[in-house]
Amino acid sequence: MADLSINFAGIRSPNPFWLASAPPSNSGMQVHRAFEAGWGGAVWKTIGAPVLNVSNRYGAWHYGGQKMLAINNVELISDRPLEVNLREIAEVKRAWPDRAVIVSAMVESKPEAWHDIIRRIQDTGADGIELNYGCPHGMSERGMGSAVGQVPEYCEQITRWVMEVAKIPVIVKLTPNISDIVMPARAAVAAGANAISLINTLNSIIGVDLETLEITPNIGGKGGHGGYAGPAVKPIALNMLSALGRDPMVSGSKLPISGMGGISTWRDAAEFLLLGASSLQVCTAVMHYGFRIVEDLCDGLSNWMDEKGFARVSDVVGQSLHRVSDFNSFDLSFRAVARIDQQKCIRCNLCYVACNDTAHQCIDLIAKDGSVVQPQSYDIRANGKEEAVNSRPSVQVREEDCVGCRLCYNVCPVEDCIRMIEEPSGRMPVTWKQLSESQREVTEDWEKMKEYREKMGIHIH
Amino acid sequence: MTELQQKTARANALDELLPPLTNNEAASEAARCLMCYDAPCTHACPTHIDIPKFIKKIATQNLRGSARTILESNLLGATCARVCPVQELCEGACVLGAEHKPIAIGRLQRYAMDFAYARGMDLFQSAKATEKKVAVIGAGPAGLSCAGELAKRGHSVTLFEKRDLAGGLSTYGIIGLREPVEVALAEVAMLTKLGIKIETGKELGTNLTMADLQGNFGAVFLSVGLGSTTTLGIPGEEHILDGLEYIEQSKLDANRLAVGRNVVVIGAGNTAIDCATIAKRLGANQVTMIYRRSEKEMTAYAHEYDFIKREGVRFSFLTQPVRVHVENGAVESLECKRMSLGPADASGRPFPQPVPGSEFLFVADQIVKATGQEKPSLASMLKVQTDKGFIQVNANFETSSPGVYAGGDCIRARGAASTVMAVQDGKLAARSIHERLVARG
Repeated sequence: MADLSINFAGIRSPNPFWLASAPPSNSGMQVHRAFEAGWGGAVWKTIGAPVLNVSNRYGAWHYGGQKMLAINNVELISDRPLEVNLREIAEVKRAWPDRAVIVSAMVESKPEAWHDIIRRIQDTGADGIELNYGCPHGMSERGMGSAVGQVPEYCEQITRWVMEVAKIPVIVKLTPNISDIVMPARAAVAAGANAISLINTLNSIIGVDLETLEITPNIGGKGGHGGYAGPAVKPIALNMLSALGRDPMVSGSKLPISGMGGISTWRDAAEFLLLGASSLQVCTAVMHYGFRIVEDLCDGLSNWMDEKGFARVSDVVGQSLHRVSDFNSFDLSFRAVARIDQQKCIRCNLCYVACNDTAHQCIDLIAKDGSVVQPQSYDIRANGKEEAVNSRPSVQVREEDCVGCRLCYNVCPVEDCIRMIEEPSGRMPVTWKQLSESQREVTEDWEKMKEYREKMGIHIH
Repeated sequence: MTELQQKTARANALDELLPPLTNNEAASEAARCLMCYDAPCTHACPTHIDIPKFIKKIATQNLRGSARTILESNLLGATCARVCPVQELCEGACVLGAEHKPIAIGRLQRYAMDFAYARGMDLFQSAKATEKKVAVIGAGPAGLSCAGELAKRGHSVTLFEKRDLAGGLSTYGIIGLREPVEVALAEVAMLTKLGIKIETGKELGTNLTMADLQGNFGAVFLSVGLGSTTTLGIPGEEHILDGLEYIEQSKLDANRLAVGRNVVVIGAGNTAIDCATIAKRLGANQVTMIYRRSEKEMTAYAHEYDFIKREGVRFSFLTQPVRVHVENGAVESLECKRMSLGPADASGRPFPQPVPGSEFLFVADQIVKATGQEKPSLASMLKVQTDKGFIQVNANFETSSPGVYAGGDCIRARGAASTVMAVQDGKLAARSIHERLVARG
């Protein structure tokens, strides 16, 4: 069985799954129950400056009958007194010596305020500290949270203040509300942080109530931007995580990265590990289903690692990072075409309409006699399931015209029905980078491009 | 139980069987629809309702648009949502049927229809009046559909109905368990709002003549349905109740319908099943359906057969009634004969032959027959060409008499007839009539 334990910048935990700093880790009682359920660690809900909260603080985005594909919130940092939090942190750590207890902190941007909070956290016996540079609402207006995370110089300055007194590992948590995530990460590295975590929540407005025209959720007639998280943000998180892994300075620093942003299942978790995260934080999925989900997070990850021959979590970390590239380096000669498995096809025609209306018009409707037919070509007196089912044409890809865009593959509702088949293009591999270096004119002049295509036998209808 | 409670329980026994979908049920079922392109459900629907379109409008909570989408193809959408054999039509063709559960199209349609009817929505406005006059004879589904489509196009339509109420079989002939009478009457009211004039108590051959109609109207549409229940020709037949009347009574006043303790229903079609359902639900101790052919040949839909078996009704196949035994004016038993199946007859089904000496008695104090209806009783009187006794029409639903059109059960010489097919007939005939009226300027 795979060993799920981790050592993250010196913070040990029996599995890589930590509660993210958020409502689920708001109190000693909750963290205690989470640990009973099997969580490897918890990042305590941010403690620091005094706050007051509002009602209707959580909004959610639902789609197609699926609840909470994303949550948004205007909840602030812990609204419980600092002393209460610090006492409970100490109690939980004493009760659970093998689990990771990390405390998230956010105070005013003054060295003495940071020195004070770091010392008080260290007195609890906690394993680590996470600096919250990400909260995008409420705190940012007071010059904290993402107001810090969006300015690399501030990140660096505050992290330096923290590192002056820190005796336990310090994790800098980044905000995704920035055009280049690498900049604040470099600042954290420069300031001597021990680790990085990402992503915090994204700025968002969930929606507008079409009955009342109020903002959703409605807070006494008003509403505003809140932090967006949950399954819908996972692709954004993966991109930012891999951006850090590809940056020579950040990856060269060897600082471990704690990944989060939409992790709901062990499958999501494995993807974060493969792109370079070495601990994983979860919030929205827990807020949806409770602490119990950690069982399958661990079980599924462990089974998958066994199947793939990974003995330790550290063996998985970053394994797919070398495959992350950019358009300039993709092989322009790579060719794939869509192929439909006629046995599996249920004839919903979703691939047909997607291809025909919005892609490359290379899927045909084929009648039983082999002829190409148009949709809705049945007689107006047609009646009953027999005729409707038996006369239904099949959908077939004209592979010679297929550019392999993969839209049909994506819309097909049947598992493994449409496959993208790699077909030799008969051309030597070449990237756009190579092409623009070796034949610059082709990349700048449409006439030259036409000649190049003609010569290479590239036909795009 | 007090007498009032008893009466209420009796009336409730035939309440609509399926509850309406809740908002949550409708939303999650609508979300499940794949939204097939050129969908097979739409193809299979005789009226070709754009089903993915109306279902997605439920999903987006555009219920007004959803109801309108349905009614654009089928003005009797509320009736069809309830009475259509969806297993044989839209739901039977659903692409999710093979490995999953088909979308509950009928119930979603009812959800959208209920929404519109509960709010009395006016979803259509008739076109500018054309001054053209059309007479429609018979206010069943075909007649209502045709009249409604013509009224939408601005024509002046008079719908003549021999009964007291319009709606035809929807009003009188489908048990309340599947379609409450209020649904049929609400549909009639909606069509009336489109400008149709309905004259009840008017019957062709009694107080209406074809000559008058042809003289006063630019076109005539015949939607006269079928005749009375077929005659068995057995001694004591006058003591056997007519199945259609049995259903009618159960719908209009269930408390006045006398139901026997031991009821025998003759026939194994969908009407026979409705009669057996009524008897069982209104207190019969034992209900037996008898049919002269076997299970395989019965004409009831498979889902109806499943339903009635679950109701606890017994079946006696290969059984032919020969005589009703009556004591002091009251039915005592039904004498029957065993049958065996011979070679196929004209209908393509094996012909049942009596087994000599196999007579036996069914103890019964009530016998109901539902053995199919006679061919349209007016067909010969109307002096139009017929096909096996049914009114013959061309591709435009026009009879051999120019300007006289027909549709619905009265033209259905082949195959099973259904409400939704009658609606389509009416709709297509209306198009032909409109073209004729417009062409004549």
